[in-house]
Amino acid sequence: MLIKLTGGTVYDPASGVDGQQQDIYIQDGRIVKKPTETIQVDKEYDLNGKIVMSGAIDMHTHIGGGKVNIARTLLPEDHRHDPVLRTDITRSGCGHATPSTFVTGYRYAEMGYTAGFEPAILPINALQAHMEMADIPILDKGGYVMLGSDDYLLRMLTAKKDQKAINDYVAWTMQSAKAIGVKVVNPGGINAFKFNQRKLDLDEQNAHYGVTPRDILQVLATAVKEIGVPHPLHVHGCNLGVPGNMQTTLDTIQGIGGLPMHLTHIQFHSYGTEGDFKFSSGAAQIAEAINKNKNITIDVGQILFGQTVTASGDSMRQHANHKFASPNKWVTMDIECDAGCGVVPFKYKDKNFVNALQWAIGLETFLLVNDPWRIFLTTDHPNGAPFTSYPHLIRLLMDRSFRNEVLSTIHPEAQKMTTLASIEREYTLQEIAIMTRAGAAKLIGLKDRGGLSAGNWADITVYTGNADRQRMFEKPDYVFKDGQLVVVDGKVVSTKWGTTHTIKPDFDPSVEKDLKDYFDRYLTMKMGNFKISDDEITEDGRGSITVHPLRS
Amino acid sequence: MTEITEVPSPFCGIGTDDLTIRVDGVSLKVMENGCAVNTPAFEQAITDTCPRVDGKEVSLDVAIATAAALLKDTRLPVIGGCATDVNGMRGLLALADRCGAVVDNMNFTGARNNFLALQDSGWINTTLAEVKNRCDLLLVVGTDLEAFAPRFFERYLWNKEAMFLDDTRHREVIYLGKAPSGDASTSPSGQKARILACATEDLPEVVAVLRALVKGQPIRAASVCGIAVADLQAIVDKFKAARYSVVTWAAGALSYRQAELTVQTLSEMIKDINDQNTRCSGLPLAGKEGDQTANQVCGWTTGYPARTRFSRGYPEYDPFLNDTNLLLANGEADALVWVQAFNVNSVAPATSLPTIVVGRSGMTFAKEPDVFIPVGTPGIDHAGHAYRTDNVVAIRLKKLRDSGLPSTAHVLNAIEQAL
Repeated sequence: MLIKLTGGTVYDPASGVDGQQQDIYIQDGRIVKKPTETIQVDKEYDLNGKIVMSGAIDMHTHIGGGKVNIARTLLPEDHRHDPVLRTDITRSGCGHATPSTFVTGYRYAEMGYTAGFEPAILPINALQAHMEMADIPILDKGGYVMLGSDDYLLRMLTAKKDQKAINDYVAWTMQSAKAIGVKVVNPGGINAFKFNQRKLDLDEQNAHYGVTPRDILQVLATAVKEIGVPHPLHVHGCNLGVPGNMQTTLDTIQGIGGLPMHLTHIQFHSYGTEGDFKFSSGAAQIAEAINKNKNITIDVGQILFGQTVTASGDSMRQHANHKFASPNKWVTMDIECDAGCGVVPFKYKDKNFVNALQWAIGLETFLLVNDPWRIFLTTDHPNGAPFTSYPHLIRLLMDRSFRNEVLSTIHPEAQKMTTLASIEREYTLQEIAIMTRAGAAKLIGLKDRGGLSAGNWADITVYTGNADRQRMFEKPDYVFKDGQLVVVDGKVVSTKWGTTHTIKPDFDPSVEKDLKDYFDRYLTMKMGNFKISDDEITEDGRGSITVHPLRS
Repeated sequence: MTEITEVPSPFCGIGTDDLTIRVDGVSLKVMENGCAVNTPAFEQAITDTCPRVDGKEVSLDVAIATAAALLKDTRLPVIGGCATDVNGMRGLLALADRCGAVVDNMNFTGARNNFLALQDSGWINTTLAEVKNRCDLLLVVGTDLEAFAPRFFERYLWNKEAMFLDDTRHREVIYLGKAPSGDASTSPSGQKARILACATEDLPEVVAVLRALVKGQPIRAASVCGIAVADLQAIVDKFKAARYSVVTWAAGALSYRQAELTVQTLSEMIKDINDQNTRCSGLPLAGKEGDQTANQVCGWTTGYPARTRFSRGYPEYDPFLNDTNLLLANGEADALVWVQAFNVNSVAPATSLPTIVVGRSGMTFAKEPDVFIPVGTPGIDHAGHAYRTDNVVAIRLKKLRDSGLPSTAHVLNAIEQAL
């Protein structure tokens, strides 16, 4: 079947196409070159006057795994406000802060997204993350495996194992957990919390291991680079949410010594201590550091006002933040000598000084970082806001007068503490396409996604231009996933199953000798039962695994 | 005849995965690392392999078509049991969504004690490997732990080595409420568990005093329900001296009204201890007959635990009103589907309603159901996944033999398709 998308205005930063009128051809799920005249077009869509981008990719969204399901279970009252009915082609479920898996897929697709990446997969809980994501329709998915608070790595560091041994362990863990990236959360801090440490600065030692977060970042960032993981080490830094943590973030950037590093939800790590409330924006200094250090990429973790729930691997900081829980209930877990998690419901209020300034700090960050290839649009779903608020966020970025209108309604002291009103920048469509498509695919290392040139999979979103960018982005005319039309006028019209994106970095098989001994002595399952086999993802006939090339 | 090693068990709830099982045709024998729970569950013989309709053997296709026909015009079918693996629950929820059924896990009334506490105030919990390596004080509340999971102590407390304890034999075990039925809690060096016994239904009072003492509230009484307050104070002192204490309970063992308040008091007490310069965590015990699995899969599919109805076209959770027994007793339900792939002794509640049983081969019935479809057991007849008690680890279940029995998922998906 040959499909032709005729005459759309194409924004495809991956090929340097910026708003040119182009035809796109789709065959067998992929975009193909213009076929010879003799081949008949089976289906043509007239896209004259429409805007065409590839399907959007959310490179950091908590959509699968234990803490997400704890968040769901914790908040039945949130689901009751947003029941989702079954239809002939879609399953029932619930929405709002942590939607059910099926609804997650539908709602992402209905916004023009075709892939989402779970950024915090605990190795021991990786199976659950994949099983949940296997029940998310339409979207492609993948995940970053969490290391850095696992006792195995910390023991290696204490034992002064060399970098090669650590590389083997990281590569082995990635393969075992079917990951495409590596994440570190509060490096060593989740582990330190188990030893009753309640804070851990960049150069503070773990009470048991004597290892610092700086040490952990260094070996993991090196490992990720040396074993050829395309996605730089994905870092949720120390001191999340602590006033003054801007300095920690600047020190983290400085300390990594030029290695590739992705700082995630940086908004939560960009706080100063100035002003009457001893809480201020560090966005300008952070943005300056990002602009200067080309090895650094970030996503923002924008907060937007309203009820949500925060779900994080950072048990240490989440426990400290439980006093802000709204409603007042929360969960902290220590997990399997591997990691931990904390789930705390939050209600961000525009009339609360801190929340209002958090909102402004995120936007300042977006607007002050110059290179859209190194910054990504996230709310750290659901931690800053549910992913369904992305169209609103895009409007805030693309429409200065709208932004200033909202700014004028937030806590007055917060208005005084932000430079937002004076920032003139408005994001262009091409910059949005970079942040949410081409840049994200490049950052993760997806070889044939995020672009519209021939050879790419046909993940395509078509919008009707609208000065109100929120309206434009919340209701695409068409969404194609692997060439299949899945959304028309912002509603799912058919469903399919996406693939699971992974990489397979090499390791020395002898790494399993020490691991097997460790599993037998200290853990609760056999090493052989820990490794996720391919058939666990594919056996139900819906899942598939896509292995992407390593960085050479 | 073959021997399979490192076999994981879906039966005991604590994720034992070191069993050695001899397979001879379709008969299994546990050769190593069996226990009172796992061995009979693995060795249960296959009897029926053929589905029945009205007691007469039929093909699988006919049984599925009959089941679909029975469900076709129902207004409120109930799918009870829900004792299966992850894929089985996926099929079950798809069927429930299709026919507007109530989904109710058979252990939910017990599990409700935990869910109500969780959904009202939350908790601080831990998992088995943390217990194995860190726990220096274990408080067991209202539960005969070794009857619940015979190998708990051997695997997770009296393990030879722990990463963060010099000598695991020095761990302390204290029972509150129910006394243990055996000696598994006695350490290898002979140190016996401390037992502060009281009637199970007295636990609310005892636990309330314990929490008050943790918070430093003065208690004027000298004893509570037969336990000296001084003895409870001694527990509190141990909590404060411990580096990583763990409090464990089986929600289903707290079999009195409003036991969720006991779970909540314990969970809040654990939070309080964490504010007193040390660590303490809870460890709820479950993971039997797919209960954690049912709640996890229902959780991600609907947002709610496995006592949820689809009768209005979208999931609605009610931990009380969606109880199978209540719906049958009140005449609200008009058909029953009983799904139980693990336990032949766990049969559907007695009812005169049209009944479909998707059950483990070997099940016997006082009253023959309208449709009986014998299915394989996850971890024996087919591969699968099951959650263990700590709700974080899903174990990969192996296929051990070729019995030809279909999986729960296969059967339920086929019924859904037929609708």
